Amino acid sequence: MTRYTEDHEWVRMEGDTAVIGISNYAAEQLGDVVYVELPAVGARFEKGADMAVVESAKTASDVYAPIAGEIVAVNEKLSANPETVNEGPEAVGWFVKIKPANAGDVNALMDEGAYAEFVKGL
Amino acid sequence: MRYLPLTDTDRTQMLGLIGAKSIDDLYVDVPKSAQRKGLVDLPKAQGELEVTRHLQRLAERNTPAGRTAFFLGAGAYRHHVPASVDHLIQRSEFLTAYTPYQPEIAQGTLQALYEFQTQVAMLTGMEVANASMYDGSTACAEAAMMAARVTKRTRIVFSGGVHPHYLDTARTACEALGLEIVALPAAVDGEAAVIDALDDATACVIVQSPNVFGTVTDLTKIADAAHAKGALLVANFTEAVSLGLIEPPGAMGADIVCGEGQSIGNSLNFGGPYVGLFATREKFVRQMPGRVAGETVDADGKRGFVLTLSTREQHIRREKATSNICTNSGLCQLAFTIHMTLLGEAGLTRLAELNHEKAIALADALAGVKGVEVLTKRFFNEIAVKLPKPAQGVVDALAAKGVIAGVAVSRLNAHASMDDVLIACATEMNTDDDIAGYVAALKAVL
Repeated sequence: MTRYTEDHEWVRMEGDTAVIGISNYAAEQLGDVVYVELPAVGARFEKGADMAVVESAKTASDVYAPIAGEIVAVNEKLSANPETVNEGPEAVGWFVKIKPANAGDVNALMDEGAYAEFVKGL
Repeated sequence: MRYLPLTDTDRTQMLGLIGAKSIDDLYVDVPKSAQRKGLVDLPKAQGELEVTRHLQRLAERNTPAGRTAFFLGAGAYRHHVPASVDHLIQRSEFLTAYTPYQPEIAQGTLQALYEFQTQVAMLTGMEVANASMYDGSTACAEAAMMAARVTKRTRIVFSGGVHPHYLDTARTACEALGLEIVALPAAVDGEAAVIDALDDATACVIVQSPNVFGTVTDLTKIADAAHAKGALLVANFTEAVSLGLIEPPGAMGADIVCGEGQSIGNSLNFGGPYVGLFATREKFVRQMPGRVAGETVDADGKRGFVLTLSTREQHIRREKATSNICTNSGLCQLAFTIHMTLLGEAGLTRLAELNHEKAIALADALAGVKGVEVLTKRFFNEIAVKLPKPAQGVVDALAAKGVIAGVAVSRLNAHASMDDVLIACATEMNTDDDIAGYVAALKAVL
């Protein structure tokens, strides 16, 4: 099950690991992504901390950690092929994998339906 | 735009709203000792003719470079600027075009920036250059801050050969970021001393070649030592013409090359405006300050230019911008580009050779004066000279004889214990007569 934040990150648990990226809506708003700056594996973030930067032709935005945890993997593909984000923001275009500090944290985020409502209200 | 001065009623209302009794209440935090009592005693308004006469008299108190035998360098250099440069930069297509918030409208300006970047990258031997900085000193400060961003370290080591004004500028800029600046003691030939100052917390070492004393240094060993510690090498210069003759810093392993571009296409301008040059490796481009003009194709497949990387600048990224520079030295950069284009590679090399020849003639002539020692062993167009007397007094005495002899080190760095050292520079503008006049006047005052 994919969950979302108000800053348009998504999180999906795969076993003990949380996969994180930016939502379809966010990718659409940014337009063509030209660069992604990812954190180092092993870095720890509190919920809401600046974790990555996504840059399109007209803006550069921070990507915040949707839950607290430690980076266990980053999507290396994004460095050489940032357009991967546009190809599948919620699939092939994932940003990082995090080992959550608290397993239950992800459940506090919006589910797909709630996020769809949230986006509709923007 | 009309100027609409405030009335007394406006002022009273505004003061009343914020609860202040008078304008003076707004300055209560300024210490009394720093406040001026009463008004400045200015003369009454005068007619245009009187004002012109008065300003003319004030201007005549200057000693213009063109009216003397002129040997000043130390960061600002007197070179020939062809009349065509001035003519071209004043064409309205260039003079009035700005890189506005839709920069692609000004294609000519962007193309000139693109050519400039190409020239700077070739000159410095680097992969990418930005569209220019305010001047050499701010470019150097930006290099220090960029090295801290790239390495995520906080210690910046300056050699004792970097221009003291550049060090001061870097201190001002870096202090607020919590970066530690380590400045090594002034040394005529001491760039390599930064190697011993390297540690695991060092973001970069900043060296200068030719340095403020004129010394040219092979940077290869310094680059290797810095890289072995995970630090960057920042190579600074103040005399861009030197790059016509000296190995480019990029070829010697520099990670960031920064410096002053005034020497090419720009007059002395009483100290500014100037143009900062900044170049780096492509892998660091996202941490580079400023903007870059890039080449692309339009919808019809025709060549065009765009402004790139400005997404990292202040007007978009706010407080997270890579730097607080949001513009560039457009007109000075254009003058640089046009003069460089007129010179071409062969012309630049010939200009650099001419400078070096004049400097050799100056060094030989000064070394022949009793009690004078030339301290700089490997130089381009500038030398440090040890005098038998304090240098500032000699400079003043020679100025009275129509010779602007150089810059006393004491004026740049009062703590260098080099009060008897003078920095003198020779360019293609100096004639053999100038040098003979310098030597004769120097003999007379020593």
